[in-house]
Amino acid sequence: MIIERHEIEKLATLSRLSIDEKTITDVTERLSSVLDLVAQLQSADTVSAQGIFRPFQVAQRLRADEVTEGNHRDEFQAIAPATDNGLFIVPKMID
Amino acid sequence: MNWETVIGLEVHVQLATKTKIFSAASTSFGAEPNTQACAIDLAMPGTLPALNEQAVHYAIMFGLAINAEIGKISIFERKNYFYPDLPKGYQTTQLEKPIVGRGEVAIQLADGSTKSIRIHHAHLEEDAGKSIHEGDLPHGSSGVDLNRAGTPLIEIVSEPDMRNIEEAVAFAKKLHSIVTSIGICDGKMSQGSMRFDVNVSVRPMGSTTLGTRTETKNLNSYKFMEEAIEKEVERQIDLIEDGGTVKQETRLYNGETKVSKAMRSKEEANDYRYFPCPDLLPVIVSDDTIEKLRRALPELPDARQARFVEQYALSKYDAGILSSDANTANFFESVAANASHPKMAANWTMGELSAALNHADLSITESPVSAELLAGMILRIADNSISGKMAKQVFEAMWQGEGNADEIIEAKGLKQVSDNAALEKMVSDVLEVNPAMVEDFIASDENKRKKKLGGFMGQIMKASRGQANPQQVNQILLQKLNELL
Repeated sequence: MIIERHEIEKLATLSRLSIDEKTITDVTERLSSVLDLVAQLQSADTVSAQGIFRPFQVAQRLRADEVTEGNHRDEFQAIAPATDNGLFIVPKMID
Repeated sequence: MNWETVIGLEVHVQLATKTKIFSAASTSFGAEPNTQACAIDLAMPGTLPALNEQAVHYAIMFGLAINAEIGKISIFERKNYFYPDLPKGYQTTQLEKPIVGRGEVAIQLADGSTKSIRIHHAHLEEDAGKSIHEGDLPHGSSGVDLNRAGTPLIEIVSEPDMRNIEEAVAFAKKLHSIVTSIGICDGKMSQGSMRFDVNVSVRPMGSTTLGTRTETKNLNSYKFMEEAIEKEVERQIDLIEDGGTVKQETRLYNGETKVSKAMRSKEEANDYRYFPCPDLLPVIVSDDTIEKLRRALPELPDARQARFVEQYALSKYDAGILSSDANTANFFESVAANASHPKMAANWTMGELSAALNHADLSITESPVSAELLAGMILRIADNSISGKMAKQVFEAMWQGEGNADEIIEAKGLKQVSDNAALEKMVSDVLEVNPAMVEDFIASDENKRKKKLGGFMGQIMKASRGQANPQQVNQILLQKLNELL
């Protein structure tokens, strides 16, 4: 097993996910098997290979700096759980 | 023990583009909350970023201005963390391959020396939205305004090359001067256009290893930066001298309460799990583009300072002040060109005008006294029509919109009397009606006589209602009194 239970717990905290006691063993095992597969890939000899960030050699297209977006606040806020005076409302987040 | 302070800065500069870095929503400041946040800024499902060409160009211009290597292939990455003002759950930023590599910035210190501060790199990224915790909000809630979300930033990261507050502030001001001079940032600190994160550590004097550093985030004025560094240095030294150790942490400084404290809520989130953003391809910048931008780069503050010294015979110090802000420099040059008295143009721009602007909280581009008006007044000082003292009255009237210098001089009857015969009569009259003063002058020794001249001057200026040319009066007075000795 490559991944430890406590690492799963930490990842869950960072990702703001709650994984209950029952599933944590299962998740640990399944993620470990994914990592086993990755470990297999690592056995390939890549010493002389240059790293690439993308499989294709294409460049990002750039957009002209022109405002084309208008005010859509009402549409967006119509589907928000809570709004007030134009603000999106969230649970208090300062301690 | 003697301690040495080590400071490095991370500076966030908002780029002066019309639109966001990844969307075509406006970036203008002060709009109603969430009226400038589009589907991309809100991270609606299915949206994809569209990179703003101007933001890329501005970043390259900064790189060129500091003689940095330009990343011809740069990569955007995702920095993952959770916060309500970051709708995507990650900030799109650069890490492994930033657009601007190593460079350097020269700073000038009060003692006249210069020092080079190395830039580690500068990268493009998006700003987060704004969280609002105070004001009229439903109980137990915070508000989120996403107008700022996606505003393009460059984050400039320095090496830990600064050794005291003076150097850190000089560096911050120099960056401000550079980014405003090349027009990539409006420089409005009160609107958050430039924000500083300060990394501070201390070490025993003479040590070559770095101490553990803390990072104080989000300082938006030079004053707060000074205070935050001063407090943090004190705190670290006290801690170590009391047998403790400095913990690497992120701190927040409150400029109002003057207290800094460690951030608590995001501590665990420091594991950002960076990875290349699959939504954005590598940004490839051609040599052509770089050369085009290099040629279009306006004069940089250092070059302008040197030119002011050369062309206008200003002191290095004066030239430095005038050239640090592009608008001030342009204003000065316009005054100097119209008045052909650069030294006076410099003094009035840095003195009376700058004080009046500060007092009225206006920028030089909003000055009620234009460069032409100021130049017109300087011409009247230069041709002896008005004295320096009268000029202050004229300036005040121009500030109030009462017309140009000639109109005001005429309307207020401020014309300086420079006619020799008239002045001689004035001086003679004053000497005649003050025989006691004259006696006293003659009886005094040479050192005291100099001081007593002021008394006569006062009388004569009063008699002329301030309109006598003081230099000429002084000359005539000396001559007449010497004749009596």
